[in-house]
Amino acid sequence: MALLEIENLHLAMRSFEGEAHVLNGIDLALEQGEIWGLVGETGCGKSLTGLSISRLVASPPARYTAGAIRFAGQDLLRADEAAMQRLRGRRIGMIFQDPTTNLNPVFRIGEQMIDVALHAAGTDPSILGLQADASRSARRKAARALAIHMLDRVGIARASERIDDYPHQFSGGMRQRVLIAMALIGRPDLLIADEPTTALDVSVQAQILRLLHDLVLADGLTVLMITHNLGVVAQLCTHVAVMYAGNIVESGTTRAVFKRPAHPYTRALIAAVPTARSVRGRLQGLAGSVPSLIDAPPGCRFASRCAAAQADCTAGTPPAREIGPGHRVACLHLAEAAP
Amino acid sequence: MSGTGHQPQAQAFRRAMYRFGHSWLSIAGLVIVVALILTAVLGPALVPYPEHVAGAIRTAARFQPPSSRAWFGTNEVGQDVFSLTVAGSRVSLLAGLGVVLLGAAIGTLVGAVAGYAGGWVDEALMRLTDLMLTLPSLILAMAIAAALGPGLGNMVFAIAMSWWPGFARLVRGEVLAKREEAFVLAVRALGAGPARILGRHILPNIISPIIVKMSLDMGFAILTVASLGFVGIGVKPPTPEWGSLLSLARGYVPDYWWTAIFPGCAIFLAVFGFNLLGDGLRDVLDPKTRR
Amino acid sequence: MLRFILRRLVLLVPVLVGLSLLVFAISHLLPGDPVALAAGPQATREEIAALAREFGTDRSLPVQYWSYASGLLRGEWGRSVLTRRPVWEDLRIYLPATLELVVAAMAMAVLLGIPAGLLSAIYVNRWPDYLSRLASLGAISMPRFFLGLLLQIGFAMELGWLPLDGRYPLIEEPPRFVTGFLTIDAMLALNGQALMLALLHLCLPAFAMSLSPLATITRMMRAATIEVLQQDYVLTERALGLPRRLILFKYVARNAMSSSLTVIGLYFGWLLGGSVLVETVFDWPGVGLYATKAIVTQDFMPVMGVTLAIGVVFVLVNLLIDILYGLLNPKVRLQ
Repeated sequence: MALLEIENLHLAMRSFEGEAHVLNGIDLALEQGEIWGLVGETGCGKSLTGLSISRLVASPPARYTAGAIRFAGQDLLRADEAAMQRLRGRRIGMIFQDPTTNLNPVFRIGEQMIDVALHAAGTDPSILGLQADASRSARRKAARALAIHMLDRVGIARASERIDDYPHQFSGGMRQRVLIAMALIGRPDLLIADEPTTALDVSVQAQILRLLHDLVLADGLTVLMITHNLGVVAQLCTHVAVMYAGNIVESGTTRAVFKRPAHPYTRALIAAVPTARSVRGRLQGLAGSVPSLIDAPPGCRFASRCAAAQADCTAGTPPAREIGPGHRVACLHLAEAAP
Repeated sequence: MSGTGHQPQAQAFRRAMYRFGHSWLSIAGLVIVVALILTAVLGPALVPYPEHVAGAIRTAARFQPPSSRAWFGTNEVGQDVFSLTVAGSRVSLLAGLGVVLLGAAIGTLVGAVAGYAGGWVDEALMRLTDLMLTLPSLILAMAIAAALGPGLGNMVFAIAMSWWPGFARLVRGEVLAKREEAFVLAVRALGAGPARILGRHILPNIISPIIVKMSLDMGFAILTVASLGFVGIGVKPPTPEWGSLLSLARGYVPDYWWTAIFPGCAIFLAVFGFNLLGDGLRDVLDPKTRR
Repeated sequence: MLRFILRRLVLLVPVLVGLSLLVFAISHLLPGDPVALAAGPQATREEIAALAREFGTDRSLPVQYWSYASGLLRGEWGRSVLTRRPVWEDLRIYLPATLELVVAAMAMAVLLGIPAGLLSAIYVNRWPDYLSRLASLGAISMPRFFLGLLLQIGFAMELGWLPLDGRYPLIEEPPRFVTGFLTIDAMLALNGQALMLALLHLCLPAFAMSLSPLATITRMMRAATIEVLQQDYVLTERALGLPRRLILFKYVARNAMSSSLTVIGLYFGWLLGGSVLVETVFDWPGVGLYATKAIVTQDFMPVMGVTLAIGVVFVLVNLLIDILYGLLNPKVRLQ
């Protein structure tokens, strides 16, 4: 059984202009130990997919119109808030994009980490290595020790002193390390990382990616890495899913998708990445723009920008077909689209 | 491409009206304010006993409880409380408007000069503004009004003297922001003088925040006018000012409660109406405070 | 932290000088001759001139300001032309009375307003929020003097539960004057009954005074909380599984409170200046009533004294707020 299974997930978002169908039937399955990259351009719904797993999308304005999100067999769309709270931080950890705004500025980092650890230990006392009936002060002491241990693991020097510093006393990269430590303190099974390096300097990005990679392998974590950076996916992920306007258009092992991209959008995306061999002044781009998701016409949402589009493309959403082991593509005209 | 310029604006306006329309609190405020303005304008025609408003007394009919003849009863000299309360709407509205207009005028002048001149002029004017804000405005207004002598105009002037600093700060900030914008630099390059640049090019562009603040301030201006009337400084009877009506009636409660309740409720309703409306306006213009 | 406080104290000096200068200037810009007024309508020119010499109003303005300002430092805040009592001694009696009232009102407002604002923000755009917004707008719009009158009619005249006005029963002997705060003096004298009486007299005027700051603090806290709730770190805290209550009442509340704090400082000064309304209704012997009497008789020195005293208290309270802000907000403190 897959650890995380998203099935036909539909999400509608109400706004002033009308209701937008921002997730239009997402199918995704993550087996234990797999590292998935979820790629796509801004606004394609990849962050909302990640937030949906933790049920952190405010509703209203959002509304799940169909589908299921099964985590270890439990349907999260039907779980109540209390059940979700037991999962968050404990079995599902999350990291976000901007480390400068994701730490509460008026609390010492230790204070926040200790609360997370104490809460995670509420569902699983073994995290602190204590009996369930341990005293409050003993639990706090153990939580602090664990927080220092985690800070040490993510590479914060002099962790036992720095735990009493405020967020603004850390650099951006260091803050992201703190956030990673916080996300992993409850020993989660699944880590959702939403653009964890986008807001960082390029030199720091590599460090954080390496750190994530090491931690993930050491703990055997399952990861959903949301990014728009194909390079990150190529280096870190075992699998990749490509999203376009609320649909997953192609998914499979990183090797298969990068070697034999089948969907026209995936091809365009890969072609747009400049490499050392690219000819100067000939950057590839994609013409047109993402269609409005309010009262979106039926059919393939990429059709309006697709060179290989034909009349039947606008008839209905194209179903995903398996074209190799685990390699699925949602396109009607694969043969025609091939170069 | 000329159409694209105003289209987002029209859409923003529609969106603003939508938001305003969906806030029944602001609609209620609008209704109260319109009713108040109508009362003030039509006052003389509505009042059943205009002679009472002018100061006529009829001691034989003093302290009559509310009845069909005198809806709000009569006061200690037999005047119809309803007539006085209705007539008071004009006094309060005019005085409130006067305070806000005069305060905005002085504040705009100070703020514009400070913001445009910069340097030590800015420093001096803004320190003065800050100091004015630390002084107790009500006591200041009372002292000025008392020194000037009774009268509606003097009272309005006295309150406005402590009202301008808020406008000065607002206008200075806006002028500072606009001063470096391309269109101002262009006009300056053409050789326009500071007065012309300020008056013709900058002020028209910052008028809307000033007007918004004026509408937000109306309720409190009316409240301050009534407060001065209540402590007995400013207008003198027979001017039917709500605050002074309430102050006189204070000695006759609880037995003759109607002499106090109706003017008091009138003050509350007027201030409440303007505050509801102002709150709604702010929601529309600054959606951040809403959500 | 100590350096932060010291720097704030040094910055206070020019503000206080400016304040005294401004008060002095205003008093001289106003029309009316207080000396002639004090001398009475029958006074001869010589009598007025003699009185002017006595009060020093015949000297040049800079000399007058210098003697005024240096007198302030020595605790000589001028003399009331009418009562001929030193203003400083009057202030020592009346200012604590007003401060006691304002502090009680602010305490009520803060203790009720902060939770009310938090709740309003949590239920944003649902009925508890609408109710609280309507109530707070109503409370802001309610004239304090009218509310005070209604409270008197209800709780003092009709029900008879609380005293109608004043600060202490006239027939009773108040506790010995130490601080001027009746509640504190009663506690110092270990007089439980006096404390009870003082608190009973405080109830209605303090409530009448607290309603408007209560409403403003509620609104500020609501707006600040809504703003904080949209911050990324709140999402992170939720994603890390922290319980909703903990997030709201610990993490969000502290952030929102530090931005509501400035309003509390502003309101304190506003209440001090506006105390005259409540004091008039409740016949509360504070600086407001004192100033009103002086204003009506155009007795300048007490008015200047009260204005300056309130200005100084306001500046000091805001200094205190700044320091508190630094305590709540580590970034400010360390800069």
